[in-house]
This record gives sequence, structure tokens and C-alpha cells, in this order.
Amino acid sequence: MQQEAMVRDDPPGKTTAQFRQGSALRQLWETNLEVFQRDKMALFGLCIFAVFALVALLAPILAPNDPLTPLKNANGDWIKDALPYWLAEPGEDEAEGYTNEFLLGTTNIGRDIFSQLIHGSRSALLVGFSAAAAVAVIGTVVGLLAGYYGGWVDTVLMRAADVAFGIPFIPFIIVIAAFFDPSIWNVVLAMAVLLWRDTGRVIRSQVLVIKEQAFVSAARVSGASNLRIIFVYIAPSILPLSFLYGSFAIAWAILTEASVSFLGFSDPNTISWGFMLQDAFLSLALTRGAFYWIIPPGLCIMLTVMAGFFIGRGYEEVLFPRLRRM
Amino acid sequence: MNRGIAYYILGRFLQSVMVLWIIVTLLFLLFRLAPSNPLASYIDTTFTKEQEAALLARFGLDKPLGEQYIIYLFNLARFELGDTFSYSGKSVLDILSADLPNTIYLTLSSLLVAYAVGVLGGIAMAALRGSLFERVGTTFTLMTRAAPTFWVGMLLLSFFAFQWKLLPSAGIGPAVVRYRWETEWDKLMSPVFWRHMILPTFTLALYLHGLPLLLMRSNMLEVLDQDYVTMSRLAGYSEWRVMIHTAARNAMLPVLTALTLGIGYSIGGNVVIENVFSWPGLGRTLVRAVQQADYPLAQGAFFLIALIIVFMNFIADILYSLLDPRVGASAQAQVS
Repeated sequence: MQQEAMVRDDPPGKTTAQFRQGSALRQLWETNLEVFQRDKMALFGLCIFAVFALVALLAPILAPNDPLTPLKNANGDWIKDALPYWLAEPGEDEAEGYTNEFLLGTTNIGRDIFSQLIHGSRSALLVGFSAAAAVAVIGTVVGLLAGYYGGWVDTVLMRAADVAFGIPFIPFIIVIAAFFDPSIWNVVLAMAVLLWRDTGRVIRSQVLVIKEQAFVSAARVSGASNLRIIFVYIAPSILPLSFLYGSFAIAWAILTEASVSFLGFSDPNTISWGFMLQDAFLSLALTRGAFYWIIPPGLCIMLTVMAGFFIGRGYEEVLFPRLRRM
Repeated sequence: MNRGIAYYILGRFLQSVMVLWIIVTLLFLLFRLAPSNPLASYIDTTFTKEQEAALLARFGLDKPLGEQYIIYLFNLARFELGDTFSYSGKSVLDILSADLPNTIYLTLSSLLVAYAVGVLGGIAMAALRGSLFERVGTTFTLMTRAAPTFWVGMLLLSFFAFQWKLLPSAGIGPAVVRYRWETEWDKLMSPVFWRHMILPTFTLALYLHGLPLLLMRSNMLEVLDQDYVTMSRLAGYSEWRVMIHTAARNAMLPVLTALTLGIGYSIGGNVVIENVFSWPGLGRTLVRAVQQADYPLAQGAFFLIALIIVFMNFIADILYSLLDPRVGASAQAQVS
């Protein structure tokens, strides 16, 4: 998981990103606009996020049942392992005493899978976006400070990045989970603590280039303070890079949250797609071939992760035209 | 090898030792300053105060924190990882040294498959750029990187192990067979072991092949733009020779570095797959240790994984500086 980002910081190191001229905010806006106008896949990614965000917001309305409550039929029996209505033979489920109205069936203890799927979008997006924001902000600030000040600030921050590169990511989250109560925020915390390393390194190397440019010296001569130069003059030019790494971080965060939930280190009272898959795995849905239970959560994870990839690649192609697909 | 490079290697080595020291210190703080007593799962409620104190003394937990830290560092340096809580008195080293080979076999075999497919696929995609094959291939690769590995593993399990019953579903072999493996060599010579390895290897390789493939493809495209490639085309070499002999050889370097890094990170990342396939490796032991609050074992497993990653990062650095003279030169400039 870390590898892609690790090696990814290589090409940007070699090729200098294409920066725009003009006022800071306008150039930022234009870059963002260009990404989504030029790259249809990036726009598609944005649409995927928009749809899932809508689903997450409206989850209580869209979900036909409570995702955690086992359901009973009219006779008061648990509706365990009900097949989706489109899979059940006519009359098969009715024979067992209930009418089947479940789009994706129920789990082995009678929870509605479709409702779980809808509610799962909440933790995925929550973790994805907050972890990505944390990674992008920390990485950007570290990169700006290390690149601009150089000297001991740079040394300390980059050695800290080396340490972060030496810590195994998933094992680290598992160890964190051992000491804190199970919660989706463990993943966000672990990502914030470790994954700023790639963003930080790349942004630092870009700042090294930018700070030699004329407009920075001009600002310095006109008496701007260091912090003002960093955050008003330099930061806007490298922000698209932060978005690039942020988009990939959304993808990693969703994947990581799923893995950690699958391993059983998530809060059992918060439904997530990884949790659903763990539930299916532990209740032997595999041996029964209950694909209506196994496939949907995985597809949702894959879609949201791909959305992050698409957007990240969109930024990459605008910022680093040399890497552009030919 | 000149002196500049020797100094560079020494510098990187010392830096790696420093990094490891900081990681180990963080690990110590995390485990010792945790709100729960590290012996909480070990101490029964029926224990008397004296028994509890004796137990604390046995694990050295009654000493001041600073002294504990020094002892901890010395113990780690001697690979003295203590005793487990949950495996009835077995030492952490016993458990981990049984797990490590399994993790390494799985990691290396999946990386081997992934990089062979990735490098060849990357060359093919660069050669056929713009074709339908390339578009389908890139999309497929992107999908394998977006799909959670444990989910892919679950799907493969349900088809190959449960629906079609072609391959075993878990572990490294039935107990009857494992009993006869006296050495690692016996295990490696056993077809049963390899049959058990097929599904987890394939699952991991499916995920891992994306990185070398995309890297190889973009390196190839970059190299193909270079003058010496144009020159060898003009010199009348066949397209095959230009691709493989001239371009691919040069595009390989970053892929090799990625492979070195990949070994370290895969060992950390195998955790999830080892749990899907009940593969008795470091990752499964780590998860179990944390679930059973077996702190010495969890700490030992984490330390071992971090050690491997830091070491492989070091090797990758050295390899890169030896293979790419530009890095060597700038590194030498930094050192002198």
C-alpha cells in the first residue's frame, strides 16, 4: 500500500511541476478546473464521490431497515439468511413463513444487508476524507517548512519522515487498536501520524525550486515576513500537489479502513463495508457461496477507491505533463 | 568501489540504525505508557498482592521506567524478546522464528510472480501504447489496485476452494503432513505446501503486479524518447531488440529498487492476506497477539517487521546509488 506512494515521489522529483502565473487563488482555481475539464475520468471520480456522499447523507431515509437490528417476521421468528428476492425461487421463502422483501438478503443473524451497505458509505467517506485532509495538511506544512527554512528544521523533519517510512503501516494500526477503544478514528490517527511522509517529501522538493524564483525574492525585498512568504506566496503554487496526494490518500484511507475492520479492529456498533465482509467471512458465507453478501461491499470499496485514483491521476496529468498517457 | 560510496553506505547504515532506535523507543513508550497494565491479561483477579508483585518483578516491571528502557534496548540488541503470555511459556523468539519463514516464502513467491508479470506487461503496454490492449490492461491493473486484497482473496477462496474444491482453503498443510516436516527443507520439498501456497500467492500477486507494471510502462515511455533509443532504431536494429535490449534494460532500474522496497513493505502488508488464508506467518501472529493482549509477542512481531522494512529501505538506497551513478555522485558530494 505504501509502495505506490513511495515510488510515486520519484518521478515528480525528477520533473518539476508546471506552475501557473497570476494571482494565487485564481491559479489554484484554474488548475482545479483544468483537472476536471481535461480528464473525464477525474470528473467521473468526482461523480462517484458525489453519489456516495448523497447516499451517506440520506442513509437513514434510503435504508429500509436498521442495519444493526436483527429482523423478525410476523410470526416472531428471526429472518436469518434470507436470499435476495430476485434469487429466491418463487414461494421458497414464503414457505418458511415470511414474505421476502430484501434486495440483498439478510445476514446469518437476520440483519438487512442492503441497509448495511447504505450505512457503510458513511464510515468509508468519513474516514476517507478526514484521513486525507489530515495527511494533506500535515504533509503540506512539513514540506513547506522543511523546504523553506532548510538547515536544522529540514534535517529534523526529514529524519522524522525517515522514521515514518520505517514503521509498518497496517501493523502500526493494529498495535494502536490494542491500546485505544476500537473506533474508525484509529485509522485516521494512524494515517495522520505516518502517511504525511510522501506528501512532505515531494512538497519539500518543489518548495526548494519555487523559493529560488523571482517573485519570492521580490516579496522578501518588500519586507514580507517568512511565514507570509510561505503561506501567501509559496503555498498556493504547491496546493495542487497537496490535492494530488490528498486524492490518493482518500483511496488508501478507504482501503485501510476496510482492511482494519476486516481484521476485527473496528467498532462493532459502526457498520462499515470492511465490517460487513468480516461478518460474512466469520459466518462462513464463503462456504455457502453467499455472493449476494460478499460481492456488494467489495464493489463499493473498489468504486470509491477508484474514484480517489481517478482524481489523483487527473491532477498528476495536469501537474506533470511528461507523465501523461501518450 | 571508491571511498565516496563507502562513506555513503556507512552514513546510510548509521542513519538506519538511528531510525530503528527511534522506532524501538516509540514502541517502548507506546507499550509502557499505555493506560492498561501490560500484565492485565496475565494477572488473575484471584492473585494476592504478593503474587502480583512477584509477577511484576519477574517481568522487570517494578523497576523505574528509565532502567526498564535500558534493559529493553540491551535485550532487543541481543534479540532477547522475552516470553509469550498466551503460548504457555514459549519464548517470543520461538514463535516468531517459526512464523518468519512462512511469511518470507509467501512474500517472495508473490513478488516474483508479480514482478515477472509486471515487467513483461509494462514492456508490452509501452510497445502497444494507444491500443485497445493497453487501455483494457491499464484499467484491469487499476481495478486490481483498487480492490481490497482480502476481498479478492475471499472471492478466489469461494470459487477455487469451496465451489470447485480445487485448492485447499487455509493453512500450510494438514497436521498429518506437517508432522513429517522436520526441517524447512522438508516443507519446501512438499507438494502439499506448494498447493496451499497457490491461492494466497495469486491473490497477493494480483495486487502487487500493478506497481511494477505501471512503473515499467512509464519508464519505458520515458526511455523510448531518449536519443540513444532513436539512434539504435536508426542503426537498423529490429524493434524487438530496441525494446528489450536497449529500452527495457534501462527502464528496469527503478523497478528493481521498487522490488527491494516491496520486500519490506509486503512483509508488513501481508497481515491481511495471512489472516484470510490462515497462513501461519508474522502477520497472523501479530493480529492474534493483539487480540489476546499478548504484549511481548505483539511487540516482538512489530519489531521484527519494522527491522525488515528499515533494512530493506537501506538496501534499496544502496542499490539505487550503485546502479544510478547520478545518485552516487550527489551522495558523495553530500558526504564529503
